[in-house]
Amino acid sequence: MVQYNFKKITKVPTGKDFVDIVLSRTQRQTPTVVHKGYAINRIRQFYMRKVKFTQTNFHEKLSTIIEDFPRLDDIHPFYGDLLHVLYNKDHYKLALGQINTARNLIGKIAKDYVKLLKYGDSLYRCKALKVAALGRMCTVTKRIGPSLAYLDQIRQHMARLPSIDPNTRTILICGYPNVGKSSFINKITRADVDVQPYAFTTKSLFVGHTDYKYLRYQVIDTPGILDRPFEDRNIIEMCSITALAHLRAAVLFFLDISGSCGYTIAQQSALFHSIKSLFMNKPLIIVCNKTDLQSLAGISDDDKKLVEEMRSEALKTLIGQGGEPREGAEVLLTMSTLTEEGVIAVKNAACERLLDQRVEIKMKSKKINECLNRFHVAVPKPRDQKERPVCIPQSVLEAKAKEAAAKESKKLERDLEEENGGAGVYSASLKKHYLLADDEWKEDNMPEILDGHNVYDFVDPDILQRLEELEKEEGLLQEVGDGDEEMDVEDLTPQQHKELAEIRKKKSLLIREHRIKKSTAESRPIVPRKFDKDKRFTSERMGRQLSSLGLDPSKAIERARSKSRGRKRERSSNGDMDVDDDGSNKKMRARSLSRLGSRSRSRPPTDVLVPGEGFRDSAQKIKAHKLAKNSVFKRNKDAKKGEGDRVIPNLKPKHLYSGKRSNGKTTRR
Amino acid sequence: MRLEKCWFCSSTVYPGHGIQFVRNDAKIFRFCRSKCHKNFKMKRNPRKVKWTKAYRRLHGKDMTQDATFEFERKRNRPERYDRNLTENTLKAIKTIDKVRSRREETHHKNRMKGKAAKERKEARKEHDQQIHMLVAPGAQDKHLSATKVTVKVQHESNDENRMEE
Repeated sequence: MVQYNFKKITKVPTGKDFVDIVLSRTQRQTPTVVHKGYAINRIRQFYMRKVKFTQTNFHEKLSTIIEDFPRLDDIHPFYGDLLHVLYNKDHYKLALGQINTARNLIGKIAKDYVKLLKYGDSLYRCKALKVAALGRMCTVTKRIGPSLAYLDQIRQHMARLPSIDPNTRTILICGYPNVGKSSFINKITRADVDVQPYAFTTKSLFVGHTDYKYLRYQVIDTPGILDRPFEDRNIIEMCSITALAHLRAAVLFFLDISGSCGYTIAQQSALFHSIKSLFMNKPLIIVCNKTDLQSLAGISDDDKKLVEEMRSEALKTLIGQGGEPREGAEVLLTMSTLTEEGVIAVKNAACERLLDQRVEIKMKSKKINECLNRFHVAVPKPRDQKERPVCIPQSVLEAKAKEAAAKESKKLERDLEEENGGAGVYSASLKKHYLLADDEWKEDNMPEILDGHNVYDFVDPDILQRLEELEKEEGLLQEVGDGDEEMDVEDLTPQQHKELAEIRKKKSLLIREHRIKKSTAESRPIVPRKFDKDKRFTSERMGRQLSSLGLDPSKAIERARSKSRGRKRERSSNGDMDVDDDGSNKKMRARSLSRLGSRSRSRPPTDVLVPGEGFRDSAQKIKAHKLAKNSVFKRNKDAKKGEGDRVIPNLKPKHLYSGKRSNGKTTRR
Repeated sequence: MRLEKCWFCSSTVYPGHGIQFVRNDAKIFRFCRSKCHKNFKMKRNPRKVKWTKAYRRLHGKDMTQDATFEFERKRNRPERYDRNLTENTLKAIKTIDKVRSRREETHHKNRMKGKAAKERKEARKEHDQQIHMLVAPGAQDKHLSATKVTVKVQHESNDENRMEE
């Protein structure tokens, strides 16, 4: 069963308001700008969105209305009947049905127009379609305007209905109008119901709450009921009838003894008998009110008889409940709300009867086990009257006593710390409780490191013994000693030492030179010997080196000189030879060793004047030759391939790279 | 506080020095300085790097097995403090150190035993074979005669010892 909260139903707007709300929402929450220059798809989408959005909004709001209003079949029959009595079930259902149809209609409209919009070919056409769609939706809504208004009225009324819980303990007060029901409820609860001398002051149900035995009871005040056939009853009476019919409550039937309500006891009893069918299975108490005006004993006999009849009827209900008429069970009580005598008695009686009935029902139901603890606490019956106190063994008591004493006398570290100056001043000695062989050693600081060793690695109980063994071993080793090395090879003499040193020096020099040559051989060409500037390859040098080696250099120098200078003209000594002796000449010529100075083209020497050249004398010729030579710029080829063979001997020459800084200015040296 | 050994060069790492590297398999490598650390990162094997203790021990340059090494062992169960024991231990450490250094010296001496003789032999050989760098082969006889050392040998033999022919 769905729980409804009648006070939380959303407000139902009127037809016009509804339309306004939805349309303004559409305008605010969808894009508003469209031009006819846009792509047609975009225009279509724009308008379709508007139509769909409007439809969705209508749908939402109508759905909330339909869901908020209670379905009469789903709520408690008391409320269902009450609502029916008040608002007419059929009209209510019709109204809600109309809302539902409107919702479906709007959905259909939107679907149709969206389909049409898909084929709209211009902005104007799409716009027209959208206008039509929205217009139709709004007409539908305006048509259901009256239903909406009706529903809003219902909503307002429903919100003001008293919040009656149909399942809890309830006491119902009924009777003729003006008998004193509302005064009674005013007395026992905090409800403030109108009490007036005219009839039908109370026009609807009123609820009050009262307490009895720590339980809360609802007390419902009903409008007065007249004795009329069922069909003729008006809405107000129907409210009380409904309440009587559906609520499982204790009923207090009020009887005005004095007749000051305007109705005789006979009329009232007639009413009682006509509605006694509604008192089935309900604890009934007949309350005679206004005893201050007329006491029960003082009424006429006929009235007494009628009252007795009512009483017997009430007793029947009591028996019908299943309980024997216990002593003290009252079905007829007297009270006066004005003087307040008997009011509490009535209330208590009613509450008691109701409670009993409810308890009995619960006992018989299957849920008894859950509720049993509320009814009854089981206590074992005492077997005899003997006293049985608590039993604690003596040793335990002693131990407890000692512990208590020790706790008080034990001095904590914390106390010690406080005594000696507090947390920052005193630091507890953690070594206080050490268990050592000798208590004097407690505060010792043991070194952890000594001479690059960890002391802990050496600690061993039998270290002394092992040390002794080691020392013995050591002693033995030392006795053995080491014998002198045998000198089977004798040492070199000092002269030989010097020579060896020199040999080694020369060797290292050679090696160094070789290394340099090796490293540069691939990267750069070496200047050939004839172009050396350092004059490392002169004959004098050769002579010096040879003489240091112990050889006579003169012959070598001579030879070197002769070769470099070319062949001297000593051919004349061999020149006068017979032309005839070709063979012998040839041989002799072949024997001559050097071919230096052989002339490929016959050219006379420089100082010999040749007539065709135009020189005055040999001196001039010589001078001319000299000038010619000087004018030719003889470049230092230096073993370079050509002019383009530019070698940078030093990539970072010192004169360019020294004195610079990697970063920063050099304003100071 | 403990003195650890550098994993690469086996020198002691004092507190506050070096770097510890913990690998994913929870093995800890301690290094005494960045030199060792960088060598490790280059994946060099300390047994092949000449200046490390591992190399020296492996190639017999330093003493490997000795009784003095048995004294220093990492103990996992701590001993209860005993003042006398500690005193003796501290004294023992000093003597053990002395003993060890002495033994290492002897080891080194033994290693270097034949060196002098070998050097002399090599010197003689070099001198004899490479003398041509100073003195040309042609002039060697002169040189030899010039540098010959005449040693006066004292005739101790008496007439009596002479063999009678």
